[in-house]
Formats: sequence, structure tokens, C-alpha cells
Amino acid sequence: MRRGTRQRLAANAALLALAAAFALPLLWLLLASVDSAATLRVRAPDSPTGDNFSAVWTEEITFTPMRNSLLLCGGATLITVACAALAAYPLSRLRSRLTRPYLLTVLFSTSLPITAIMVPVYGLFVRINLVDTMYGTALFLAASQLPFAIWLMKNFMDGVPVVLEEAAWTDGASAFQSLVRVVLPLMGPGLTVVTVYCFVMMWGNFFVPFMLLLSPDQLPASVSVFSFFGNYGTVVYGQLAAFSILYSTPVILLYVLIARRLGGGFALGAAVKG
Amino acid sequence: MLLFLAGPIAYCVWISFTDMQLTGSDRTNFVGFDNFRRAFGDEKFRNAVWLTLVFTFLSSLVGQNTLGLALAGLMRRASRPVRTVTGAVVIAAWVLPEIVAAFLLYAFFRREGTLNAVLDFLRLPDQNWLFTLPILAVSFANVWRGTAFSMLVYSAALAEIPQEINEAAEVDGARGWRRLVHVTLPLIRRSIATNLMLNTLQTLSVFGLIWAMTRGGPGDRSTTLPVFMYDQAFTKSLIGYGTAVALLLLLVGALFSAVYLRLVRDEV
Repeated sequence: MRRGTRQRLAANAALLALAAAFALPLLWLLLASVDSAATLRVRAPDSPTGDNFSAVWTEEITFTPMRNSLLLCGGATLITVACAALAAYPLSRLRSRLTRPYLLTVLFSTSLPITAIMVPVYGLFVRINLVDTMYGTALFLAASQLPFAIWLMKNFMDGVPVVLEEAAWTDGASAFQSLVRVVLPLMGPGLTVVTVYCFVMMWGNFFVPFMLLLSPDQLPASVSVFSFFGNYGTVVYGQLAAFSILYSTPVILLYVLIARRLGGGFALGAAVKG
Repeated sequence: MLLFLAGPIAYCVWISFTDMQLTGSDRTNFVGFDNFRRAFGDEKFRNAVWLTLVFTFLSSLVGQNTLGLALAGLMRRASRPVRTVTGAVVIAAWVLPEIVAAFLLYAFFRREGTLNAVLDFLRLPDQNWLFTLPILAVSFANVWRGTAFSMLVYSAALAEIPQEINEAAEVDGARGWRRLVHVTLPLIRRSIATNLMLNTLQTLSVFGLIWAMTRGGPGDRSTTLPVFMYDQAFTKSLIGYGTAVALLLLLVGALFSAVYLRLVRDEV
């Protein structure tokens, strides 16, 4: 028993040290955002203010990029989830010789580095005049997220028993009707997870909009925060930190939402594990 | 999916055999394997390959994987509040958007940043990290950001080990390292393999983090393959060459992806 206690203390100490190391950069973000004279170093502000937040709380800095992010990611998420549901349904329900190879292909493309195909995608977009359009970018975002969404969706769909659908079939429902009326409502939590996960991934995606969108009034927050600290000469770190917080808040809230619902992030870890 | 993923990949293969450029001549000529020959003869390309290897090795294999396992293992021993706090902090680093994470770590590693403040406090020599050891700084950044995933995977794996096995090992006198090496690690070897694959794949395609922290610099001392590719294709407008590099990157990714597939195949 004594050995157990000692072990626990050692583990606690080690974990706290690691947590502190992980927390330092985060701490800087929080402190700098309320410090009117923020530097790059962690320090307690002389007198905490909300000035930084009110400085970035403008149409140009906050609202436009956030709205763009929302349109871009919201649109892309809708496309992804709709396509994933349609693709996952036959994969989950039908026993066909093609199912396994298809699933393996999906899994295979899940892990391909998307970064690598950005240059040719850009070339392609130039050819078909989709560069610098929101819907083009949203389409590509949706496509890049789709394999994983299908995979995740299929795993959740497998959890809905077929028996429940059979009643609908005897009443003459088509496959599509039973998907929309029976299966999807029954897999509510799973559907939420897929949707939120896609949205969170796209919200944080920097490279795709960075490459495919050019005009400043279309940039989503991920890219605008970058130009914020890349191009504006002297950087007001406090304001940048404040904006970073505003930009990160939605995804953190959403993450907490699904983590609660599923008892920790373990469901995602397990889903990825295959 | 076919249209948007397979399409570009096929297009990618074609462009990589041409001399397509964004500016200058509109005509695109077929140049065969020139781009690839050029890549392997290019000092800068080899440098990028080397840095990619270093970056992947440090941040994915050594950092995320080992640290993730350590965190998961420690968490099983620690008391509940400590576990909750650590988990929350580590996961927060993971959930933050890539560009915010990059910005945070940029501030952390800068000469006047927090890391040097801590080192000063401990009376250790400080460094201009982003200048002297940029690849190390971006690797740490990637560890900071990516460890949560390994931690989650390993927590799940460790939780699945039946308690009896641990007790049996205890009775047989296996403790500490010996138990870790001979009992625990073999039991979770599949998770380790899967996790390593996924970490590596994810690390191969890191762009935003490096770009925002160092832009591949100073010079090209943190230019990994994705950054190199971007630089060639857009700053130097050599789309054909950039695509050839992309294709090579994609091939490496496909190779890892195929291995990953073999690992999980039985479970589909």
C-alpha cells in the first residue's frame, strides 16, 4: 500500500510538470489578451483590461472573417455529412463483394497527406476558374474531409440494428426513406459527432483556404489571423491574442460538447484506431 | 470523392511530367522525367528531404509517441484531479486551430519569449531558438500540438489490458521497466504500430505550423517537403516542379498508408 501511495505521488508530480510545460504557451495567450502592453513573454498584466477585445471587435477584423469561416465550414460540413450519410448507408447495410475493397480504399485515402495535392488542385482550380471562389473552396474542403467522415459515419451506423428498419420496409419505405426517417434519427449522437468533428477540422484548416482564396474580403479567420501577424509591421500582441481567443472559442465549445456526450475523446481515438 | 481526390491526383501525375509555370510562357510542354531528375539533383530538395526526416523522427516517433505513452501510463497511476487537469491542458493544445497554435509557439520560442524567460530563471543560457535551432523548435511545436492524439489512443489501449494480467505479472515479480517491456508493450503493440503510422502521416503533411513559425527559414533550415513544395510552386512559380515534389510526398504517404492498412485490415 505504501508503495502504491509513493507511486501515485510520483505520477502526480510528473504529470503536473508536464501539464505546466503544456500550459505555458496557453497561459501566455490568456494573459496577453487582457494586457494592454503585452509582450511575447508570460507575465501578469499590470491592470487587466478588455481593451484588446474591443479593439478587434470590428467589422473588418472579427466579423467578416468569422462570417466567412462560418459560411465556408458550415457549407462544407453540410456537404460532407450529407454525402457521408449516403455513402455510409449501403456500406453499413449491404453485404456486397465491393464493400470491403471500397472501405479499404476509403481508409487508405483517409491517411493520404492532403498537403501534397494542394499544388495540383490549385492548378486545376485555375483551369476551371474556381480559384478565389467560396463554393469551390468549400467543395474541396468537403471532399478532403469526406473519407474520414464516411468511415466514422459507417462505424456509428453499424450500431443501429437492422430490425428497426424492417418495419419501415414492410410498410413500403424505400432505402432512402428508411435512411432519412429511421436510421439517421436513431443515430443522433453519432451524427452530431461526425458533424461537429468535420466542422472543427475545417474551422482550423489553414492551408486549403490559404491557397485557394485570394481576396481579403473572402478570407476565413484561420487565414486572416495569419496575415494579422505576418504583414502588419508592428504587431500588437495583445490584440492578436484576443482575436486568437475569439477565433478558437467556437471549436473549443463544440469539442467540449461532443466530449461530454461521449464520455471523453476516447470514442474518436477508438474510431480512428479502426 | 472520386472527382475531387482521384481527379487531382491523376492531374498531379500529369503535371509533374510537364514544365507548367504560372508566369511566362502559356505553353506547357511535356518534359518526361526531367522534374524528378532535377529534384534528386537539387541540393535544396535533398535538404528538404533530410529536414522532413528529422522533423518526423523528432516530433512524431520520439516526441508524440513516447510522450503520449508516458502520459497515458502516468495517468493510470495519478489521482483524479491531476488526471483531469493534465488531460484538459494537453487536449486543449490539440483542439486549438493550427494557426493559433503556431502563433502561440512562435511567441514561446522567440528570443524575448517565454522559454528564454524560464531558462533565465533557471540560470541556463538562453538561445534565439527560431534562429539557431529552427527545426528543433518546430518539432517541439508539433509535439505540443499532436501529443494528445497519442495520449488518447494509448489511454484506450492501456484500459483494455485485463487487470488479471497485471496482477499475474506483479505476482511473478515483474516491476517497473521489466513489466513495461515484457508485459505492457507487447500487449499494446498493435496500438503502437497504428499510432506510429498515423502520427507519421499527419506529421508528413504539416505545413501551416512551420510556415507560420519560420516560413521555412532562416535560409532553408526548417524547409520540410511541404514548405519546399509550396515555395517552388508559388514563390518561384514552377508548378510542374512543385507538383513533382508533391507527387513524391504523396508516394511516401501512400506507402505509409498502405502499411497502416495492412495493420488494421483484420478489423474492417
